Amino acid sequence: MSRLSIFTESDAQKTVEMLYKDLERRITASQPGLCPVDLASSFLHLCHAQSCGKCVPCRVGLGQLEVLIDSVLDGKATMYTLRTIEKTAQSIYYSADCAIGQEAARMVLKGVRGFRDDYIEHIEHGRCGGVQNQPVPCVSQCPAHVDVPGYIALIHDGRYADAVQLIRKDNPLPSVCGLICEHPCEVRCRRTMVDDPINIRGLKRFAVEQEGVIPAPKKMAPTGKKIAVIGGGPSGLSAAYYLSVMGHEVTVYEQRKKLGGMLRYGIPAYRLPRESLDREINGLMLSGFKAITDISIGKDITLKELREKYDAMYVAIGAHIDRKIGIEGEDAEGVISAVEMLREIGDDIYPDFKGLDIAVIGGGNVAMDVARSAIRCGAASVKILYRRRIADMTALPEEINGAIADGCDVMELDAPLRVEKDENGHVAAIWVQQEIVGPIEDGRPIPVPSTERKDLRIPCDRLLVAIGQGIDSQKFGEFGIPLQRGRIDAFDTSGIADAEGIFAGGDCVTGPATVIRAIAAGKVAAANIDEYLGFRHEITTDVEVPPVRFDDHKPCGRINMAERPAHERIHDFKLMECSMTCEEAHQESGRCLHCDHFGYGIFKGGREEKW
Amino acid sequence: MVKATINGVTVQVPEKTTILDAAKQAGVFIPTLCFMKDLNEIGACRVCVVEVEGYERLFTACNNTIADGMVIHTNSRKVREARKTNVELILSQHNTNCAVCNRNGNCALQKVAGNLNILKIPFEKQISTKKSSHDFPLIREYDKCIGCMRCIQVCDHVQHTHIWDVVNTGARTAVDVRDVYRLEDSNCVLCGQCITHCPVGALRERDDIDRVLDALEDPDKITIVQVAPSIRTSWGEPFGLAPEFATYKRLVAVLRAIGFNYVFDTNFTADLTIMEEGSEFLEKVTKAAEAKAKGEEPEKFPMFTSCCPGWVRFCKGHFPEFVDQLSTSKSPQQMFGAIAKSYYAKLLGVDPSKLFVVSIMPCLAKKAECAYPSMVDDQGAQEVDCALTTREVVRLIRSENLSPVAFKEAEPDMPLGIGSGAGNIFGATGGVMEAALRTAYYLVKGENPDPDAFRAVRGMDGWKEAEFELAGTTLKVAVVNGLGNADRLMHALQKNEVSYDFVEVMACPGGCVGGGGQPIHDGIEMAKDRGQILYAQDAADTLRFSHENPSIVAVYKDFLGKPLSEKAEHLLHTDHHAWKLPQEV
Repeated sequence: MSRLSIFTESDAQKTVEMLYKDLERRITASQPGLCPVDLASSFLHLCHAQSCGKCVPCRVGLGQLEVLIDSVLDGKATMYTLRTIEKTAQSIYYSADCAIGQEAARMVLKGVRGFRDDYIEHIEHGRCGGVQNQPVPCVSQCPAHVDVPGYIALIHDGRYADAVQLIRKDNPLPSVCGLICEHPCEVRCRRTMVDDPINIRGLKRFAVEQEGVIPAPKKMAPTGKKIAVIGGGPSGLSAAYYLSVMGHEVTVYEQRKKLGGMLRYGIPAYRLPRESLDREINGLMLSGFKAITDISIGKDITLKELREKYDAMYVAIGAHIDRKIGIEGEDAEGVISAVEMLREIGDDIYPDFKGLDIAVIGGGNVAMDVARSAIRCGAASVKILYRRRIADMTALPEEINGAIADGCDVMELDAPLRVEKDENGHVAAIWVQQEIVGPIEDGRPIPVPSTERKDLRIPCDRLLVAIGQGIDSQKFGEFGIPLQRGRIDAFDTSGIADAEGIFAGGDCVTGPATVIRAIAAGKVAAANIDEYLGFRHEITTDVEVPPVRFDDHKPCGRINMAERPAHERIHDFKLMECSMTCEEAHQESGRCLHCDHFGYGIFKGGREEKW
Repeated sequence: MVKATINGVTVQVPEKTTILDAAKQAGVFIPTLCFMKDLNEIGACRVCVVEVEGYERLFTACNNTIADGMVIHTNSRKVREARKTNVELILSQHNTNCAVCNRNGNCALQKVAGNLNILKIPFEKQISTKKSSHDFPLIREYDKCIGCMRCIQVCDHVQHTHIWDVVNTGARTAVDVRDVYRLEDSNCVLCGQCITHCPVGALRERDDIDRVLDALEDPDKITIVQVAPSIRTSWGEPFGLAPEFATYKRLVAVLRAIGFNYVFDTNFTADLTIMEEGSEFLEKVTKAAEAKAKGEEPEKFPMFTSCCPGWVRFCKGHFPEFVDQLSTSKSPQQMFGAIAKSYYAKLLGVDPSKLFVVSIMPCLAKKAECAYPSMVDDQGAQEVDCALTTREVVRLIRSENLSPVAFKEAEPDMPLGIGSGAGNIFGATGGVMEAALRTAYYLVKGENPDPDAFRAVRGMDGWKEAEFELAGTTLKVAVVNGLGNADRLMHALQKNEVSYDFVEVMACPGGCVGGGGQPIHDGIEMAKDRGQILYAQDAADTLRFSHENPSIVAVYKDFLGKPLSEKAEHLLHTDHHAWKLPQEV
């Protein structure tokens, strides 16, 4: 008889572990609009199966809760049932011995409170409030509703130019999005249920790279209508492009020297090379809109003048002003806002950080952009200071990891206290208060000052502040356009209350967001401005999507984008990310499940051939 | 062209041909259930799955195209098992009480299950317990719905009425009413197209046969029946009778055998409708000219026909701003009831309350129409007491154990049993317009046109336009059939993209011949063939003008005076605002 033995996992357990992974991926790819009460019941069933069975609340109670919730779903419940569910779940939460029962009950309580209306709808009408109106996950998740399965099928067939043409129907900036889109389309990709989401952004980039010369869009007959677009960023340019294609006469007014907005003055070239951006903008301008750069609204020309001169106006001024931290010494020389630094870089004025120690404040993507740019500008060291944990940063994980790989140090749980100046009024150091991670509120743990760890002095030659951007909307407010906390208060149709003929969209309405949301806003504005001017021009394409392929959906790894090695890329601002190869693109596009044809898509989805 | 092999047979078909169509060409039959060509190609039932060599998974034949070199097996073990399992699963949630189902013998599921030799179901029965109102003319049998989604598709894409939708998700996903909870609270137009496109008995009309039998048995009631134009094209279909045999006159004989005291023809009141509606239109044209001359508020055009109650409901529910442009003339069904309970009661010398007027209609909306509070006689009783669909009349004949083959043709009763060829074509798209134009021409010119002069409005096109010269002015008319086309036309009118003087709308594709109360042939649209029967009958008729119908001449001479007289306005015209749809604004 051996006294000890090594634990070996049984085949059954190994299979269960695999099933856990399957379930995790399945939940990730869960489509919006499902009945929340049905899901609550299903989750509870799983929770109950996890019960060890020792204690009454969990072993018996969870099962009884399931019965009660199912009676709601089956239309056999009353409001008394709902009260019983709540009361029972509360008792289980208070009296369960361990987290298995306690947390299961808490999930039920969250649901009873969070989607009570759905419970009541079931009880009173035997119906669910949820609607499945998003049949093709990638298309519905994309704010611009780009025909993702369509262009992936074209890429698979080697018809790259057609693929890009199909994208342009809904998104006139395929090259930009191929490089820097946050790809919400991938979040609920149904392929995740099989293995991993399709690398949609990567495929888009691949197609654009194969396209060759950008063809001039077919323009519709001139309408004689004149439209001003204020702001030459992604939203303004998208609107200008579609409105020009529709036959309107469009003029874009841009405050800076060049068009591009945040694409040029916010995103560093190692993520979006200037050649790609310029090529994209030149392609957009083939639609025929005029651009006046270096012109400031309210200074060089008034809004009133503009409004009188044009039949309609689209305001897409973005969010370009910096925010202050509000700490002592912030006015020191050498304290630079991220917005300011990236703006200069946009005009090819690169700061000389050679041999300097740099500190960055912030945990978002912009913080990573300035940190990594600082490295490329020759900094001796870059420290990113963040008051929460790395896990709580809003920056994309790949951006954080990239910054670390580039040589940045990330110092978590360090809240800025004050800026120490030298005798010349120049920044000498940033003092931070050390925090410990505290209770979770709204899904994020809040930092609490540490009572044991002492304040730190972090010496630095430059302090880069990246804690968010504001909107320069004051002049618009004075003109009578409604503002809400600095944002332009526009409808989701981009129209504005009591401001006939004026439309607004993009960051200046939503606050700093993603490029694809800005593009989508431009598209929406174009459609509604066209309608406002009394037209109903249709944007369409003659690209025909090939018939679907049959496939057995055998699990296959996702092709991720490779990056140039850190030691090489940190010395320049050239594109950091590598392309897919033809072989890779073919394999990756072959993984698409074509939810436009298979599943709910063929019933309620279909292909929107025009808008 | 692509070349493929199906069950060992090589076929060559054009690109983009579905596997189903290619198989048909190879002489291979693949069963389908939810499939409906061009309308519901969603692969929901998974009955038409086939095996494609090189792939482990099965694919549906109905909505996947065949590719060059494909080798397909439609009866392999894997296919057989999957197909059978799927049908068994459908049956596990279907109330298979076939003996008491009105689709017994005409059910796609019954046929598929029978062909697959399914003798028992290995699954637990899970039957929906939800019930719909049995008072509304359209009834949903939730326990029979197989979730094929055809009703949603026809309601959304053909009729643009958007009544049905998918509700709930997961296991509780079901087809139900959109936006409201009960069908009777919706703006359903009662076109019945969801019924004629349902593969099973999940949708049906309210069965009013017992009410008719009660009246027939009541010694105090005089029963009168009117037969709509389109019925004569279709009533013989379920008996396997050719249309040349299953004539109106043979139906007259059968109805008399059932016990109706008087058998009449809705064609008569179709002619009457023409007299009223035609005069109404000409009066409107005259008024418009006068208003123009005086510089007054112009008359609004187009005028719309109002004989289709499905269309009237659609107009009220979707385009209320156009309701005042609907002709105020009642439909032929209601004109018949109004005349029967006044003029005819007088002829018989009986009190109108003695009469029980039944109509045989291709339509469910007629069941609603005859019950509108405004469609009553001077005593406040319904003008038409009961409307039966073609399908109900077929069931009535069957339940009386009558065999139509055994009957000789019989003459209808007089004077309400005579209609012109113009009244006859009311049952097909364009027919009302053509009949109206024939008489309008006469009323303006004092002489008859060539009866085929207005044939341009015939045919199955969804939206037809024509221009005719009438008394020096050009009349621009449009004819639409299917509410989807009506919807498109109305939107175009709203945006001033089109303009017409007179528009005929029939809610069902092809007109009443494609009506929602007509016999059902799964997967086959019969409207075109049935419409041609009506036109052939019109061509063969010696009486082709409504105004020449001797009974029409008589009813005006002896009773109504002239079209649009006070009496005619009182009996034959209606206010479309006198009743409301549940969601009408």
